[in-house]
Amino acid sequence: MNAVLSIAWRSAWSRRGTLALVALSVALSTFLLLGVERLRSDVRENFAQSVSGTDLIVGARTGPMQLLLYAVFRVGGATNNVRMDSLQAIAKHRAVAWMVPLSLGDSHRGFPVLATTPAYFEHFRHGDRQPLQLAQGRAFSGDLPGLYEVVLGAEVAERLGYRLGDKIALSHGGGEMPGAEHADKPFTVIGILRRSGTPVDRTLHISLQAMEAVHLDWVAGVPLPGMKISAEQARAADLEPKQVTAALIGLKNRAAVFAVQRAIADYEAEPLMAVLPGVALDELWDVVGNAERALLAMSAMVAVVSLAGLVAVVLAGLNERRRELAVLRAVGAAPRHVLLMLAIEGAMVTLLGVALGAAAVALAIVALAPWLQSAYGITLTLSAPSAEQWGLLGAVLAAGFLASLVPGWRAYRLSLADGLSPPV
Amino acid sequence: MIELVALRYRWPGTAQDCLAIDALHVDAGRTLFLHGPSGGGKSTLLGLLAGVLLPREGTVSLLGTPWGALSGARRDAFRADHVGYIFQQFNLLPYLSVLDNVLLPCRFSSLRRQRASAATGSPQAAAAALLQRVGLSDALWARAASQLSVGQQQRVAAARALIGQPELVIADEPTSALDGALRDSFMALLLQQCRDAGSTLVFVSHDERLAALFDASLSLSQINRAKA
Repeated sequence: MNAVLSIAWRSAWSRRGTLALVALSVALSTFLLLGVERLRSDVRENFAQSVSGTDLIVGARTGPMQLLLYAVFRVGGATNNVRMDSLQAIAKHRAVAWMVPLSLGDSHRGFPVLATTPAYFEHFRHGDRQPLQLAQGRAFSGDLPGLYEVVLGAEVAERLGYRLGDKIALSHGGGEMPGAEHADKPFTVIGILRRSGTPVDRTLHISLQAMEAVHLDWVAGVPLPGMKISAEQARAADLEPKQVTAALIGLKNRAAVFAVQRAIADYEAEPLMAVLPGVALDELWDVVGNAERALLAMSAMVAVVSLAGLVAVVLAGLNERRRELAVLRAVGAAPRHVLLMLAIEGAMVTLLGVALGAAAVALAIVALAPWLQSAYGITLTLSAPSAEQWGLLGAVLAAGFLASLVPGWRAYRLSLADGLSPPV
Repeated sequence: MIELVALRYRWPGTAQDCLAIDALHVDAGRTLFLHGPSGGGKSTLLGLLAGVLLPREGTVSLLGTPWGALSGARRDAFRADHVGYIFQQFNLLPYLSVLDNVLLPCRFSSLRRQRASAATGSPQAAAAALLQRVGLSDALWARAASQLSVGQQQRVAAARALIGQPELVIADEPTSALDGALRDSFMALLLQQCRDAGSTLVFVSHDERLAALFDASLSLSQINRAKA
């Protein structure tokens, strides 16, 4: 066994050029397979961590996923707003502990602006019921003197290089129309949140009243011609919002969640809906799950192709090694030693490939994590492979070893047939 | 030593015997020259003597043990223990050093390893002594086998066949790739080493001029009654 192992190693080393290419293709497929699985589980984890402690999300009637996507992930938009008096009526329900209205729509250099109440910082939870924490400064006060105050998510502050006291202007809508800026009403950065790994990091937070104020002289997405209300004049206007985009609701007792959900759905003055964030997330995964599985299946196919390559390369090289096999038999090796040698070779190449692939995944995570975080808000962390990921690695290894038995078996047959006289 | 009785052999898938030898007997320690033209079944006979091939009929025995009585795995082990083999050329594994090539039989046979150690203390020492005797300077021992000349490679092959004193050394035209002077020195060295080790030598060649160097000489075409 030891003899065979060392000979197999030396023999493989002498053909290292070809075998390295095979190992590289195994590495590539491992990288794909593990990378996809890694991204899949981390993205899922990220999404699941984005909201907790909120029992219901209320919005105008739409799809539950759509409501979840814009209220929590700032993806897409609402088709209809919710009247503030409806929300206030719901907040009076005896099971409701708190209600935080959310108003979306504006942006600042690509980052979404969320208008809400100071209660947001108190009630919003992510991950394992962790509250938002301020890294610097304080939350906006929500009163008139502090009207033009903004609290930045960690990513916004870091990417745009903002510090406390900086003045910034918000853009109307997604910022796609040049010149549609609320430049006349600049905001002062008064707080920067600690990084949470959720969409909050990419959000600018202002008060609902501030949102009203910047839109006083706007109608239907354009500034009213000839009408200019200065930042100071705005303070005198009625800034109580009539409508918002959605609201987060916390209950005194979670057991009442379906009763409250029904009460909201049955609310007569306005068509509303309420979703349980966990249920909506599950629905989202059902949709995304198919794409995930397809991606994983593709990666598995790539792995199969690369292992087929391994078989083909070793098989093709076998004819040139018949002399080597005859020499081995002449010095006392049995055909089963030859089979073992080829199997060891296959196992070594696959192991090397899998190790390289896993290392490449780790390297890619380290290299790409900051970019993924800033571009997509997805936090990738370098951690030991999960049980599933070990399973994938093990499957590639096992498949590689099994695949290498094919040329091994061929060599066994050749060795039996050729004996000591291989065709020259 | 070698006992061959009523042997019949044909290659799988052929209808006619290619070897039909009624009897062949070689005593221990003797050197036998087998002469035969190319394609005359020489390699087949050597395969039968080394137990890689089994006869269709009859028996081939080595050291009193018929090859056919052993299982496949036992035959391989028996060959590793008792037979040294030299090919026409390309004897060595190119990716092993000269010394490691000589040591190969000791990796597969504990008997050969023990005998080699008994004589000189360790298999490495035995290999070194043999290489010295076949005239390979120690500067070459660590080299890859592929860097040696053909003549040097055949000497290494001889050293490998002889390590651990196998009872039988089989040589299949080992000089055909060597010319004049090289061939003569190789022959002298091989015969001397076999005699020193007490090994029986079966040497096959189409070059009849070598026959005089051996204890006995046979023509394969005379003892083989199969009509090709």
